[in-house]
Amino acid sequence: MKGTSMIQMLRKSPTAVAGCIIVALVLLSAAFAPWLSPYSPVDMDLYSRLKPPSLKHPLGTDELGRDLLSRIIWGARVSLKVGVISVGIGLIFGVVLGLVGAYFGGVTEKTIFGVVDLLLSIPSLLLALAIVATLGPGITQVMVAVGISLVPAFARVTRGSVLTVKEQNYVLGAKALGASHFDIMTRYILPNVITPVIVLATLNLAFALIMEAALSFLGIGVQPPDPTWGSILSEGRMTIRTASWVSTFSGLAITLTVMGFNLLGDGLRDLLDPRMRRILQAK
Amino acid sequence: MNTPSPLLHLNHLKTHFFTVEGTAKAVDDVSFSLNKGETIGLVGESGCGKSVTALSIMRLVKDPPGKIVSGEILFDGTDLLQIPASRMKSIRGKRIAMIFQEPMTSLNPVYTIGDQIAEMLLVHENLSKKESWERAVDMIAKVQIPVPERRAHEYPHQLSGGMRQRAMIAMALACKPEILIADEPTTALDVTVQAQILDLMQQLKEEFGTAIILISHDLGIIAETVERIVVMYAGKVVEEGPSLSVFDAPKHPYTKGLFKSRPKIGERSQFGRRRLLEIQGAVPNLFQLPGGCSFHTRCVEAVETCRRISPELISTSDNRKVRCHLANP
Amino acid sequence: MFIPTLIGVVSLVFLILHATPGSPATRVLGEHATAESIADFERRWGLHRPLIEQYVDFVISYGRGDFGKSYRTGEPVLEQILRELPYTFHLAVAGMLIAVVLGVTAGILSAVKPNSLFDNIGRIFALLGVSMPVFWSGMILIIIFSLNLRWFPIIGAGDMKAPMEILRHLVLPATTIGLFSTGVIMRMTRSSMLEVLDQDYIRTAFSKGISDSRVYIKHALRNASIPILTIIGLSFGGLLGGAVLTETVFARHGIGSFLIDAITWKDYPAAQGCIFTISLMFLVINLITDLLYGLLDPRIRHE
Repeated sequence: MKGTSMIQMLRKSPTAVAGCIIVALVLLSAAFAPWLSPYSPVDMDLYSRLKPPSLKHPLGTDELGRDLLSRIIWGARVSLKVGVISVGIGLIFGVVLGLVGAYFGGVTEKTIFGVVDLLLSIPSLLLALAIVATLGPGITQVMVAVGISLVPAFARVTRGSVLTVKEQNYVLGAKALGASHFDIMTRYILPNVITPVIVLATLNLAFALIMEAALSFLGIGVQPPDPTWGSILSEGRMTIRTASWVSTFSGLAITLTVMGFNLLGDGLRDLLDPRMRRILQAK
Repeated sequence: MNTPSPLLHLNHLKTHFFTVEGTAKAVDDVSFSLNKGETIGLVGESGCGKSVTALSIMRLVKDPPGKIVSGEILFDGTDLLQIPASRMKSIRGKRIAMIFQEPMTSLNPVYTIGDQIAEMLLVHENLSKKESWERAVDMIAKVQIPVPERRAHEYPHQLSGGMRQRAMIAMALACKPEILIADEPTTALDVTVQAQILDLMQQLKEEFGTAIILISHDLGIIAETVERIVVMYAGKVVEEGPSLSVFDAPKHPYTKGLFKSRPKIGERSQFGRRRLLEIQGAVPNLFQLPGGCSFHTRCVEAVETCRRISPELISTSDNRKVRCHLANP
Repeated sequence: MFIPTLIGVVSLVFLILHATPGSPATRVLGEHATAESIADFERRWGLHRPLIEQYVDFVISYGRGDFGKSYRTGEPVLEQILRELPYTFHLAVAGMLIAVVLGVTAGILSAVKPNSLFDNIGRIFALLGVSMPVFWSGMILIIIFSLNLRWFPIIGAGDMKAPMEILRHLVLPATTIGLFSTGVIMRMTRSSMLEVLDQDYIRTAFSKGISDSRVYIKHALRNASIPILTIIGLSFGGLLGGAVLTETVFARHGIGSFLIDAITWKDYPAAQGCIFTISLMFLVINLITDLLYGLLDPRIRHE
């Protein structure tokens, strides 16, 4: 990857580039929300309820008279924040567990991956639902719930990478020279894990966004008045007959962003290493 | 000369591969004939185009990126390159069959060998399942696999390398094709097994009257089995003739280099397998062939003409052909 | 291997109620509940016993098929679940059918002609399917087909005794959950087929002069099917999750909506029972796919 020019990357993976553009747009809108959004997302204007898209309100208003465009732009912030932190949680715990388990093998490996496999026997949404049921609704709880549901995937992918590298000569050599376990894990094994983990993290971001939207849609995610795409969609459902734009645009926002991350993840996977595909399939 | 018309005749065949890195002229003017019941050997280093020639005859070249750009392949009077795909399918397997180098990966792992052989009969001769199975078992017996009825129920991964190749041969010859193309059939096998497979092919050829195109880079095998030899280099035929004659007196500098010390036919046991690449340099990059004669950069006898003009394949009086400025026509 | 996993799932489900400090009673009754009502609640539901005792009791009860009683209605949870199960079952089966048939077919056609117009359009659709949240696509389908075209009913599952009714109510929701899985399955089918088509034995198959369709279906597909089957099994999990959401969007009966209700009302035993049941379904499906591997690939059979 070093020294690959922009043009070469474009030829090799237009998907990555397309994904990159979409993701960048979303990230930028989220970052510049205070300047980009025409109104405040929580300002109610009860005289302008459920107005269709117009020049004054490019995406229309919701049932409390709030400008939809502003809500969606600010919603990007919340949704992305939840997404990134959830993936972060999943990544850190997953990679550490995977690394430790696969590296030390034996009972450690069996225990750790026994738990991981157990977590996998419950469909992810249900797992998140169960955790939110226990912890109650709210933004932090959502991040924890989604984060935990992502741990198994990261653990497994890490394990795959570790296993391919563990018996290599340079690792055995380092061991013979008396390098500590920690040293070996961080300096030799971890760098190999990074590539598949990056791809997985990107794809899981898409997944986390959908999960957060789902939980908020069900009313047990991020609570009002914080705008998240999922809750806007849920609100839109009530007025689906008369004001379909609320659900349409919020859903569109989710779909496009998720598509962007999926494209980016796919593209990265194509670019980085064909060998990696085998590790990722060990998911 | 009153020879009957050849069974197969390749006429200035050209197969090129069009890739982002450029065009590889894998087969660039190949002509030769195969007579009924004859065995010829197609020889050359890897990359010289012998396999692509074989695939071209079968019209199995992957398109994209490969494409047969010009030439004729006359089989029993018909140009195979002009007939519709459906007709070609009825010729493949039934009248012209092919076996490949790696028997492990060339057999479908999820079906029994009996099934795979029977499929030929099911499809080409419209036999019932029962009849095609029985014929398949017969073929397995013919290729000298013991206990054929039991073996027919086995899967490729349960057989040894030699047995798999026998199974491939059984599959290829099931419909008694007129031509068998064998692409490096013994290269992946143990030396002891190689001899057995070659003997088997010889026996079956005599029984079925099949003409064989044997492709190999191993001269020892070629020396023992073929009646005529076609030498290829960088996509072109550079020499052709009866094998005894070519071995005795090679005319092309490349052929001379190949036969560094002449292996007398039948003395394979003494000399063992010949190793190639006694010739300086490496196979040219097919994307950038040298100008003039494609061999001149490695040729010890090259002169100025060789650098500038590409020689034609010229027939000589003694039933031989050479593509070289220096060979006496 | 199945039993220990099952026990593990039960244990996980147990944790739902007890994972956080503090009495579950507080969570159910609210912060302003009196100490007395909390104590009453705990005694009524056995929550005052030592945790270990509750855990063992829980596992054994589940083993006997006793999922406890609903906090809300007092009814046995298992009975309620059995009432709702058929609806979800229909939905899951229908959705899976759509996903597998569409996904595999599209995947094969894409692989046979890679980078063709069909392939590219197919891949875009697959990407859309995978990116659209299930609850949104459900709403879009409602808007188009129920509200505007009036082809299908908007909500509900229909009278269970009338098959046509059932089907009419199934079309939109099944398509909704099917859509996501179709995308996933199509992509895997395509990539698996492409890998297989690159193999030597496919070249041999073509050299035998058999028809193209025979090569693709008999020779290629069978070899490609193992990863495809794996993905089908795994996507069933996503399908079940999607069912939960779809039942909400379409206001259908089913375990999904039952679960959401339970969570909203803090009816923990019901929630636990639902999660366990759905996970059980998921595990059974994966068990079946494991068995199917042996059927498809003789090399696995002979290990």
